[in-house]
Amino acid sequence: MNQILQCRNLTKGFSGRLALNNVNLDIERGRIIGLLGPNGSGKSTLIKLVNGLLTPNAGTVLVNGQAPGIESKKVVSYLPERTYLNDWMRVSNLISFFSDFYSDFDAKKAYDMLRRLNINPQDRLKTMSKGTKEKVQLILVMSREAQLYLLDEPIAGVDPAARDYILNTIITNYNREASVIISTHLISDIEQVLDDVIFINAGNIVLTSSVDQIREKEGKSVDTLFREVFRC
Amino acid sequence: MTWELKTDRPIYTQLVDQIKLRIISGIYAPGEKIPSVRDLAFEASVNPNTMQRALSELERDGLVFSQRTSGRFITEDEKMINEIKDSLAKEQILEFFEKMEKLGYNKKDTLTLMENTLKEMA
Repeated sequence: MNQILQCRNLTKGFSGRLALNNVNLDIERGRIIGLLGPNGSGKSTLIKLVNGLLTPNAGTVLVNGQAPGIESKKVVSYLPERTYLNDWMRVSNLISFFSDFYSDFDAKKAYDMLRRLNINPQDRLKTMSKGTKEKVQLILVMSREAQLYLLDEPIAGVDPAARDYILNTIITNYNREASVIISTHLISDIEQVLDDVIFINAGNIVLTSSVDQIREKEGKSVDTLFREVFRC
Repeated sequence: MTWELKTDRPIYTQLVDQIKLRIISGIYAPGEKIPSVRDLAFEASVNPNTMQRALSELERDGLVFSQRTSGRFITEDEKMINEIKDSLAKEQILEFFEKMEKLGYNKKDTLTLMENTLKEMA
């Protein structure tokens, strides 16, 4: 089967500073992958290039065999680091909005998750706490039947109980055809749901490995290894 | 019984051990059907691929077998289950002796101490 994501010699700079330097990546289907790196290492840049929100200075990105564009966006579900939703909208408005926009959106699934997290669909986004807003966005993103989920810092602002629920949502949504890429600093929280990790530093991929391989070889958790590799 | 996972060992080997414990302690009875990979992964909050790997390992050992259409079952071979129980018990004992040695007790001292403790408890 074809890979869901392929990056070749991907390079992106911002005003003379390299944000991504010659990145090569192959992501198989049916994996849950942690994209881990310190602040400013290039995680969000990589995700935005895959989304077509940025264009590379050199190299190529292929999603499901296609360059980022309308076709690739049909199969990619993206949770940005900052919200783009209008805060005057009610959650129910947003659900209709997503249903109109994405043919793979499952409104019933979204309402089920809202109920589980005690979020009233009639509430407006602007009346919500930071954490609740984040939950709503994640629910919208996870209610699509996409092939590639790109989650940029999905759990940073939510409480530990909701974090567990979100991780369990990711596990239950698991599908052999789809992969999930999660960028985060909160490694110990998500470590046991990940198949693979990608360590990125100063725009370079420094390590790709499975979680169990790291534990087997190093005898330590990914979290511990991260703290050693990126010691300040 | 909750799933307890430590951070310094591969997750799948810990899952193998915990499922073994469930079999030995009778939580999963011989011949019983076990939950699906997806349900087990959800229960343990782990990646389904990792749970799959653990179950494949148990299958290779013969503790679990799968029937193509109806799912996975615990072996009916109670002799095998008892053997695994014995070997796990032995592991625990060896580990205990090791710890006692670190405290400065040789095996004979440890045994005496155990006997005395038992008498006190009685």
